[in-house]
Amino acid sequence: MATLLRIEDLKTQFFTSRGIVQAVDGVSLHVDEGETIGVVGESGCGKTMTALSVLRLVPDPGRIVGGHIWFRDRDVTTMDPDQIREFRGNDVAMIFQDPMTSLNPVTRVGIQIEEAMTAHERFSPKDALGRVIPLLQRVRIPAAERRKEDYPHQFSGGMRQRAMIAMGLANEPSLLIADEPTTALDVTVQAQIITLLKQLNRELGTAIMLITHNMALVASICSRVVVMYAGRVVEEGPVHQIFKSPQHPYTWSLLRSVPRVDEVRRSRLVSITGLPPDLVRLPPGCKFHPRCAFREDRCSEEEPPLGEVDTNQVARCWVLMRNVPQEAARELEAVTVPHDVAEELKSMPDLEEAADGS
Amino acid sequence: MALPIPSAPLVQQQDWDVPEQVGLWTDVWRRFRRNRLAVAGAVIVVILVLDAVLAGLLVQIGLIQDPIKQHVELSATGPSAAHLLGTDELGRDTLSRLMFGARISLTIGILVQGIYVLIGGTIGLVAGYAGGRVDNLLMRFTDIWFAFPDLLFVLVLVSVFSPSLLSIFVAIGIVNWVGLARLVRGQVLSIKEKEFVESARAVGSSHFKIVLRHLVPNALGPIIVTLTFGIPAAIFLEAALSYIGVGIQPPTPSWGVMIQDGYQAIYAAPSQVLFPGIAIAITMLSFSFIGDGLRDALDPRMRR
Repeated sequence: MATLLRIEDLKTQFFTSRGIVQAVDGVSLHVDEGETIGVVGESGCGKTMTALSVLRLVPDPGRIVGGHIWFRDRDVTTMDPDQIREFRGNDVAMIFQDPMTSLNPVTRVGIQIEEAMTAHERFSPKDALGRVIPLLQRVRIPAAERRKEDYPHQFSGGMRQRAMIAMGLANEPSLLIADEPTTALDVTVQAQIITLLKQLNRELGTAIMLITHNMALVASICSRVVVMYAGRVVEEGPVHQIFKSPQHPYTWSLLRSVPRVDEVRRSRLVSITGLPPDLVRLPPGCKFHPRCAFREDRCSEEEPPLGEVDTNQVARCWVLMRNVPQEAARELEAVTVPHDVAEELKSMPDLEEAADGS
Repeated sequence: MALPIPSAPLVQQQDWDVPEQVGLWTDVWRRFRRNRLAVAGAVIVVILVLDAVLAGLLVQIGLIQDPIKQHVELSATGPSAAHLLGTDELGRDTLSRLMFGARISLTIGILVQGIYVLIGGTIGLVAGYAGGRVDNLLMRFTDIWFAFPDLLFVLVLVSVFSPSLLSIFVAIGIVNWVGLARLVRGQVLSIKEKEFVESARAVGSSHFKIVLRHLVPNALGPIIVTLTFGIPAAIFLEAALSYIGVGIQPPTPSWGVMIQDGYQAIYAAPSQVLFPGIAIAITMLSFSFIGDGLRDALDPRMRR
């Protein structure tokens, strides 16, 4: 597959009164045409800022200070204001976390979608008008002909997010960046939105960059995952591979900190102690070492490079999980589930199967 | 670690599932209507506007007297069948002069708001949206403007221009746009941080479109309320100027001029001060009630 987006050594910094916040510090990643990629990490690890950098929407007092963002063969970082305006929406669209506030409360939903199209020359005003209903239908909004006349407050949270996706897709972009698209929604609606994104990716071939802290979401739609920590990529690889054998202790901990309903737990949830580092004063060496259970002396002295650990899988770690003795890892996951709870969990319907039926 | 995904298609929506279509303004009107004082104010204002528009016609068909024609033999009479509110010391019909006075007051009250919007609205919008140095420059300019005492400033301007209807409303407008500029800037500052503005930028909307379609409509509520309260303030300022003698010049009837005329003979004929005074009071109250009603009706927290 051809590469659609290639971010090279991106550095985005915020110039605050406290000092320079290194929100994105040398991130490199790529998205292929039609691919779904997950960008995962805690709050404040630079996921959103990486995405906003791609659209050059970094808020004040932030600035892209280094690196390149290649979209096909054009460099986003050197586009002039007119080019960047054409680029946004046309080539890359973004949907935001909170659908409650992402729609203009005083404008009808249909008109907002239409405006996403008339902002560019791609569709004539007449075509734009005609595309509103099909777009709403495409994101599965029932009774679209009538619903396009509604105001956002008449939409439910899930419907608003669908409308946002319709807006994002209005100009048929090649890449849709979804920044925590389901965080503000309840679980059943989350599942619907994710299914929708999956279907759209299949039907339209739109590449999707899903930004989330939810590993389960990544597993359900992404083919590749990028794990970020403290403004840098710490591990990257195919989803199934990363889930099976995460090599960076941070990825490993993230995976073990998520409760799973689809299996009877024999192990305890691992919590990552401490807080993400202050991005103004980063620790020396590996940025994760103060919170790492498997650190060595070297970790606090020298930052590890992003090294290949397996086919298509890279990790930024001196230790690597495969070198950690099984017992050491197990110690963090003592069996705590009482017998009766385990039995109860066993009797629950098989969700894995239900999901496959979709 | 698969996510449970419902395999059934979405439930088909029924007619009764779709909520009634209620637009923003329909909703505002519903809530405005519930405020009786505001509705009463609106009715009075509508009557005043009709009166101002139709006053000339009413004179032509002879329903009311000519407001300028003097009947010296009827100097300062009380209410009578021919002159319902009596006459002034020059024998002019008070009712007719009041009705023509409404013309001046409403014209000034409303046109001045136009100047506020033109100057204050633009400055506030540009300052708030552009931010940074532009904002700083424009707002310091606004602060300096605000530092002048307004009545004195208006007096100076009117005397420079020579008093006329036009010069009065230009002067009031030029002096008092500051409040609106600050309000608009504040509104824009908070709205431009909203996510829907960011998402509009993310789909590639131009600055012009963002301002026009997102900032202005969302800031409209407080602006309308401020302008509504601004109308009585401007009317009052005009009356004050005319009373001092630098406003509307006799014989054109204006409420301020009438109070000034009546003041000469306040003990002999108090009604000549009383009637225009009441007219000013009622007009100001009506606009204030409307403003109150609109403020509540347009409050986004009270939506739905």
